[in-house]
Amino acid sequence: MDSERPDPDKLLSQVQADEAKARRGKLKIFFGASAGVGKTYAMLGDARQQLLQGTDVVIGVVETHGRMETEVMADGMERLPLRDVPYRHRILKEFDIDGALARKPATILMDELAHSNVAGSRHPKRWQDVQELLDAGIDVYSTINVQHLESLNDIVSGITGIRVWETVPDRLFDEADEVVVVDFPPDELIERLRQGKVYLPEQAKLASKNFFRKGNLLALRELSLRRAANRVDDEMQAYRKRSSTAPVWPTRESLLACVEGGKGGGERGEKIVRSCARLAAQFDVPWHAVHVETRNYADEQQHQEMLRVLKLAQDLGATTATLSAPAIAPALVRYAREHNLSRLVMGRSHRRWRWPWQQTIGEAIEGEAGDLDILRVALPRKTRGGNEGGGKSRRGAAPVHWKGYAAAIAICGATTLAATPLLGRIELTNIVMLFLLAIVGVALAFGRGPAVLAAFVGVGLFDFFFVPPRFSFAVSDIQYLITFAVMLVVALVVGQLTAGLRVQVAAVTERERRISGLYEMSRELSATLLPEQVAEIGIRFLATEFGFKSVLLFADDEDKLQIMPGATTDVDMGVASWAFERGVAAGRGTDTLPASKCLVLPLKATMRLRGVLAVEPGGSGLLDPELRRVLDTCASLLAISVERIHYIDIAQKTTVQMESERLRNSLLSAISHDLRTPLASLVGLADTLQMTRPVPTGQQLEVIQSMRNSATRMNTLVGNLLDMARLESGAVQLNRQWQPLEEVIGTALGACASLLNGRPIRTDLAADLPLLHFDAVLIERVLVNVLENASKYTPAGTPIEIRAHAETDDVVLRIDDHGPGLPRGREEAIFEKFERGRRESATPGVGLGLTICRAIMQAHGGTIRGETRKEGGASFVVTLPRGKPPADDGGEELPDTQS
Amino acid sequence: MSENKPRVLIVEDESDIRRFVRMALESEGYEAYEADTLKRGLIEAGTRRPELVMLDLGLPDGDGVDFIRELRAWTGIPVIVLSARGAESDKIGALDAGADDYLVKPFGAGELLARVRAQFRRHAYADSGESLVSFGDVRIDLARRLVERNGQPLHLTPIEYRLLTFLVAQPDRVITHRQLLTKVWGPSHLEDLHYVRVHMANLRKKIERDPSMPKHVLTESGIGYRFVL
Repeated sequence: MDSERPDPDKLLSQVQADEAKARRGKLKIFFGASAGVGKTYAMLGDARQQLLQGTDVVIGVVETHGRMETEVMADGMERLPLRDVPYRHRILKEFDIDGALARKPATILMDELAHSNVAGSRHPKRWQDVQELLDAGIDVYSTINVQHLESLNDIVSGITGIRVWETVPDRLFDEADEVVVVDFPPDELIERLRQGKVYLPEQAKLASKNFFRKGNLLALRELSLRRAANRVDDEMQAYRKRSSTAPVWPTRESLLACVEGGKGGGERGEKIVRSCARLAAQFDVPWHAVHVETRNYADEQQHQEMLRVLKLAQDLGATTATLSAPAIAPALVRYAREHNLSRLVMGRSHRRWRWPWQQTIGEAIEGEAGDLDILRVALPRKTRGGNEGGGKSRRGAAPVHWKGYAAAIAICGATTLAATPLLGRIELTNIVMLFLLAIVGVALAFGRGPAVLAAFVGVGLFDFFFVPPRFSFAVSDIQYLITFAVMLVVALVVGQLTAGLRVQVAAVTERERRISGLYEMSRELSATLLPEQVAEIGIRFLATEFGFKSVLLFADDEDKLQIMPGATTDVDMGVASWAFERGVAAGRGTDTLPASKCLVLPLKATMRLRGVLAVEPGGSGLLDPELRRVLDTCASLLAISVERIHYIDIAQKTTVQMESERLRNSLLSAISHDLRTPLASLVGLADTLQMTRPVPTGQQLEVIQSMRNSATRMNTLVGNLLDMARLESGAVQLNRQWQPLEEVIGTALGACASLLNGRPIRTDLAADLPLLHFDAVLIERVLVNVLENASKYTPAGTPIEIRAHAETDDVVLRIDDHGPGLPRGREEAIFEKFERGRRESATPGVGLGLTICRAIMQAHGGTIRGETRKEGGASFVVTLPRGKPPADDGGEELPDTQS
Repeated sequence: MSENKPRVLIVEDESDIRRFVRMALESEGYEAYEADTLKRGLIEAGTRRPELVMLDLGLPDGDGVDFIRELRAWTGIPVIVLSARGAESDKIGALDAGADDYLVKPFGAGELLARVRAQFRRHAYADSGESLVSFGDVRIDLARRLVERNGQPLHLTPIEYRLLTFLVAQPDRVITHRQLLTKVWGPSHLEDLHYVRVHMANLRKKIERDPSMPKHVLTESGIGYRFVL
């Protein structure tokens, strides 16, 4: 029973995958056995139907190859304009991905999924364009032939003898939402070909006779149908897993493809990798591809071959690694154990001849770990690929080699010279020792090849110069043959071991240097306080460790990339921003804009992307995955440092801000207290003076009264100045509450009652005014200031009108007076600091009232403006945002007990 | 003679303001005692047994709110708080602790004496136990739970009736939003300040002639309400 229940984690990941899929566009592939089966036609037919149902379908790329029936199908559908791309003095028409993303149709037709874009396009392959379109949520229709599937590529070429270089990773095909198989009987296809209805590219025309043989077509048809059937099978499996009609337990048996180096290793490796990919797909298991480096590549060509094979493996969905170890077998076993890989896929060894004690790697693994399965793949006998490309580079590498061999001969010669005077004084056996010493020396200094040469030369010289009869290769005593044989074997073995050791030491030293370099960098980074320092350290590390030129770009507060000082190269901003926006590596050695000279790595930190690192590795080959890993580590170290600095910065700013705010507040309240207290005493004492006996005379009373008035005015002034200072410094904390506007109008009128003395005040507030979110004390101040102005600047006894009504987003409050109106052209200026409507006016005030009003309204997200009405008189218009008032008014809390 | 004079205690650290308050009070026939620190004030309050306290909130040796709490532990005499403009939260704190009214500096002698008179009047009124209250054109029969305006019965919701009776029971006293919320809605609604405002606005429409210029239920901006007969 329990086993029938789907695993909750699985279900969750299924739901997440479904969600991710829903956001992505859907990919529909029209799949055929060969050209001419009518994929494009079928795709257009489907698109027309979609169009009829009202879907927004456009043609991205459709190659009609001038076929009438296809041309007719495409007629009348919207076509995205193609982009002109200059290529070797020609202008080529290419698909414009930015145009398509900007147009953002519901569905786009992208014929020929395997097409290669012109060099310099964003992606080298069309299928990568398609992926970007899918990521953007656009559905894509596309077509593909069976020979373009990466994993079947070599099988097809085996059948037809024609190798196609434009391939598409299988995962794209497997992950497609729908695959439509366009099938066409071979006989009819041949007939169509005869009628010239099948378009063939120029280069294929020659081979077409071979290609379109009935046998080939049948085989291809079978292959494509089988591949499609596999897919259906996978779908069925996935469905069964999901609906758990019968539990299918995933096997944890993953595959490990062992890629061997050596001459022609590229081609062999490719075969192994492709086979392993097919097996992994069939078993539906993850797989790894590993190459074990037992020595440094003297031959750059071979190194590049290995990298290419690993890249292919990566494209086919493998996890790849390069291991450096003295022996292949233990390294493979260790890797397999660490990654829980139970099956090793390796090439079948076909060495014609070997020493009886020599083991193949497979045998070594069997000895090492008998529990691991080993799958052998047949390998091509002739290592054509290796030989073809080898010539050129061997010439390039030759001087180094010859130097080693020459030195080996020279050292053997020198040993002979040194030993000659000793002949007779020491035993011959000890002279043998001298030669062995020399050979070890050669192995240490120049590696394996020269050591082997030195072994033979040494034996020869020893025989010629020291073994009697001297100066002849003839040997008098048969026993010496044993000496030669032992000497040769010992020399070879010691030489091999020493040379291997040398390579190991070199590799380990190199790795150790890199790690200590990284360590050193992280130590330095931990002490940095500025992004510029981080950039400088990063660039210096890359220069000293790898000799790479680099440039760092950090994102500023607006998420714009800024080039940091100290750059030793420049980077195409297009590549940099592409990598930054998507958070994936771009440029050299990646699938995106590989023509760029720089590899651009995003700086991913915990919270967000902090920028990009652009590295110019120099040379033209692929990047070693090992090196790429170091670069990735370097990028994340830099990213973390930048983030750390960012947060230090924020923390510091916050502390400083808090400190200065605290200081400002205490200063303001101290000033406020010290200025106001004497004024308060003054007002009060003036009042008390009035009450003294004998009662003051009329003149005395007048003096007392103006004393009191001055003190009150001074108090208002001080209050305004302090308020302004508070508002300007942002030290005012709004105490916002939901409340009716009516209430604050009431308090404002109450506060101004003596000033407005006797004026008719008309208030007209709309009945539907909502609750507003404001600080009652501050808004009262706004209203009081405006009302005070009205009372100051308008003749006594003229009325003042207050009106309010609600609009969509705001509530608008108008305060109208019937005075002379605002000075013309200065309606805005009166809100400026220390501005007064009429400069020569005798009306008291310093011109801060309206400035304070504006500051308060701005703090509330509202506005205040003044205008002169057509019919005369000034009008101040205050708006407050409506916001979302709380729905509940507490009215339902108590039952209605009163009738 | 001096025995019958109402006694007022002034707790204030500024000697000028103390002097002016004292002179103003004495001119009106009150007997004034002074204290310049909080500690001194508590001693004076205990020994002089004043009938009203004027308390400055900004004392050098402590918080005025603590003074009110200690005072309220043994007496309910009116307390008028003196404070600066803009210190609303201090005032609310003092009022919630039990102060009855506040004066914003600078204040005139007239204003001061009016507030003092109102507090004494309130005390006398609260003791009367009258069940019929009338103000403006409104009459409230507390015993029969009836409210009339111009002789016509006035329909109030239960909340409005509770608000009204709570205010009417304490005329001339500043009542904070928080006190009203606790009294009418209960202590679980202390965050819903808008409840009070919404229902108070409705109540005003029913009992005030011009709700935007109220005569009886006055708003104290940012603090609460004051009912005036």
